Amino acid sequence: MTAKTQLTRRGFIGTSAALTALIATGAPVLAQSTDSLTIAYNIPVQSWDPTTGPAAVNPALQSVYLAVFDRYVNQAPDLSFGPGLLLDWGFNDDKTKITMTVREGVKWHNGDDFTPEDVVWSLTRAANPETGNPMQFVWSKIGNFTVDGNVITADVIDFEPALFKWMAFLTAFILPKNYYEQVGSEGFEKAPIGTGPYMVDAFEQGAYVRLKAFDGYWGDAPDFKSVTIKFVTDAASRVAEIESGNADITSNIPYEEYDRLIAKDGLSGKAVPVTDIGMIFLNDIDVMMDKNVRLAAHHAIDKQLIIDRLLRGYGVPLSTLEAPGYAAYDDSIVVDYDPELSKELLAASGYSTDNPVTFTIQTTRGFKPKDYEMIQAIVGMWRKVGIEAEIEVYEIAKHYELRATDTLAPAAFYNWGNSIGDPSTSTGFSMFGPSPHAVWDTPDLIEKIGPLFVEPDEEKRIADYKAVSRYIAEEGYVIPLLQYVMPVVFNSAIDVETYSSGDLLPQAATKA
Amino acid sequence: MLAKTILIRLLSTAVTLFGVAVVVFTLIRVAPGNPISMMLPPGATQEDIANLNALYGFDKSLPEQFVIWLGGVLHGDFGTSITLRRPVSELVLGRLPATLELSVMALTIAVALGGFVAVIGARKRGTATEVGLDLTSGAVLSIPDFLWGLVFVLLFGVLWPILSISGRIDPRIDFDFTTNFYLIEGVLRGRFDVVGSTLSHMLMPAMSLALPLAAMIAQLLKQNLKEVLVQDYTTLARVRGFSETSVILREALRNAALPTIALIGVQFTFLIGGTVIVERLFAYEGLGNMAIDAVINRDLPLVQGIVLLFAALFTVINLLVDLSYTFLNPRLRNG
Repeated sequence: MTAKTQLTRRGFIGTSAALTALIATGAPVLAQSTDSLTIAYNIPVQSWDPTTGPAAVNPALQSVYLAVFDRYVNQAPDLSFGPGLLLDWGFNDDKTKITMTVREGVKWHNGDDFTPEDVVWSLTRAANPETGNPMQFVWSKIGNFTVDGNVITADVIDFEPALFKWMAFLTAFILPKNYYEQVGSEGFEKAPIGTGPYMVDAFEQGAYVRLKAFDGYWGDAPDFKSVTIKFVTDAASRVAEIESGNADITSNIPYEEYDRLIAKDGLSGKAVPVTDIGMIFLNDIDVMMDKNVRLAAHHAIDKQLIIDRLLRGYGVPLSTLEAPGYAAYDDSIVVDYDPELSKELLAASGYSTDNPVTFTIQTTRGFKPKDYEMIQAIVGMWRKVGIEAEIEVYEIAKHYELRATDTLAPAAFYNWGNSIGDPSTSTGFSMFGPSPHAVWDTPDLIEKIGPLFVEPDEEKRIADYKAVSRYIAEEGYVIPLLQYVMPVVFNSAIDVETYSSGDLLPQAATKA
Repeated sequence: MLAKTILIRLLSTAVTLFGVAVVVFTLIRVAPGNPISMMLPPGATQEDIANLNALYGFDKSLPEQFVIWLGGVLHGDFGTSITLRRPVSELVLGRLPATLELSVMALTIAVALGGFVAVIGARKRGTATEVGLDLTSGAVLSIPDFLWGLVFVLLFGVLWPILSISGRIDPRIDFDFTTNFYLIEGVLRGRFDVVGSTLSHMLMPAMSLALPLAAMIAQLLKQNLKEVLVQDYTTLARVRGFSETSVILREALRNAALPTIALIGVQFTFLIGGTVIVERLFAYEGLGNMAIDAVINRDLPLVQGIVLLFAALFTVINLLVDLSYTFLNPRLRNG
């Protein structure tokens, strides 16, 4: 005898109804609650220590860190600098010492007082190579700290003109000395605390972080008491999240989707130029040693056409590695689109459309908006003047490795971010031969840029960087293409203040 | 006999895993891109690169690195993730339940749907319904799982938003999981809000993974059923007065199912492989999603851990399928 289960029609309908009801309890609840905010974010938080490891130097993660932690120096939406946990700062006249005044009345999320010792401990820890701070080379340029009240003094070991700008940049977060020493690095990963406007309420690796407003925050209280940041890495899914009402804000979506979404009722958007530029590195090898070829390649590119046709107008054409808003931006330096000039330059070197100069250009595909398509368009423009370039697609990881070992092809597409807008972190490190990031290594440029890393006169430093940018444009050592625009879409019931640095801060969202 | 078979398979599994470990370790180190060059900030010097290489142990030779890593693995230490800064074993075992729940849910849907369609097809053999089902199965099979995912996002996430698009559970639900089997734990602890939310998040990715497999099952099982339904014993059942549906369900299905079980076993491993893309699309925090991040970031210890776990999973599944096939097939069981 065996017992047999018979599924009757009634049973089937009943079971189906129960299952549907169960799923209905978990159906998405739309965002738009008055005190809570949901952001569909494009990259997951990997680690809660914003000062060590790869996550600390990932520009895209800084927005989440800035909700929980504070930097030494704050940066405004227009890239200007202002008081953060430091009220004021500066070098002495002979640049041998620095002085920093620490903000008083600040609390950590666990209720402890924030003290100057936290600042000294954070800077000392950041300078220790064993902690794995990728910016250790910056922080090790100061040491021998002394504290007097809320004033910290330190010796300058190696003068770094942009030191205080670095204090508003990657890894420049202050962590709690006592708490960190008490819980250790693993404990801190599980329960991070900062002095920022939001506390970490719940965190699910790779899925979401739930934040709640910190009542003891020293600055203006954020508009939203609760913020959920969902990590949605796929752009199509982020579009679906905002379109379905499951998220209030999202960013980094295709421009065509941005245009479509902001045309819909209930959604608004902002598209702002950010500190991220598209460029073509030229390597000082093979045909690129010929100045005529370099300049011809640059003059043959119609950047505005690329922006209009491929990026739907979202982009700013550039002639130097300094974008508008950067400290050393000079709008008088212009490399015009002039295909006839390109032909003349190539003819002077014996090249023509019948006898083209040939080289390889490397590019990523899908790493940046329309990167591959842009290079395809550029190769088409080059072909018309007598340049035959072969496209080689590679992964971004390979680009980094080839660049660090100076084995890139004669031309290679890349994007370069520079959130602090200082010329040392754009033209400086990308064009200074000894830097592992530089591709063009000729001595003339090394001699021009090298002294600027330690130039004490700020006005002269900026002026000299502008002169270097002009020189690079005249010599054709690099081909800057455009400044990227970051699209942000949000529920019309709220407003979002956008940052030129590309940060998307929950505390910058307000009720409309 | 069965015990000897299991022992041999377990030994061969260990050899397979060692081979996988060697291949993975070597391949991901000779592949372009390394984690240190990806974390270099502007201004880093060659000395900084050397410091970081030493910090993460990449300054040692490849054999030295392998011996250190293998020594750790044999003691249960798979290293520490470079990007996530936590033990690899903790990370991959933490994500495994999500992928297992998703895969089993997809398999359940595929078997139920495919079996249902096969039975209907066999019942309506020789009619327009059978032709229609065959055409539909063919069409479903020709569309890859991630494309089904996009279709479902559009249908049930945007146009008729009844299911959740991303994640594994509503972030607003407070629930202290002791395991990462959200669905099972939700059921066992009577938290139906957790069960509902988990199902709402799981259904679209599970359906995306299930549909192509369901189509395959439907086609194969229907064909086998049709072959069995002309056998004498099914005719005898009809003579005894059983309806055609009863003949199929009671008499034919058990014998027709054997080849389908073998197919399901093989396809289940492919289905788990498919979770990589589908989990990414739905921001579902399983092993596949983690694998993509690990590869992008060249997080070598994490990539090694995930691949090794996948390999172990595949060999165990294959072993179980072989055993179940042996168990279900009397000729093999007694042979």
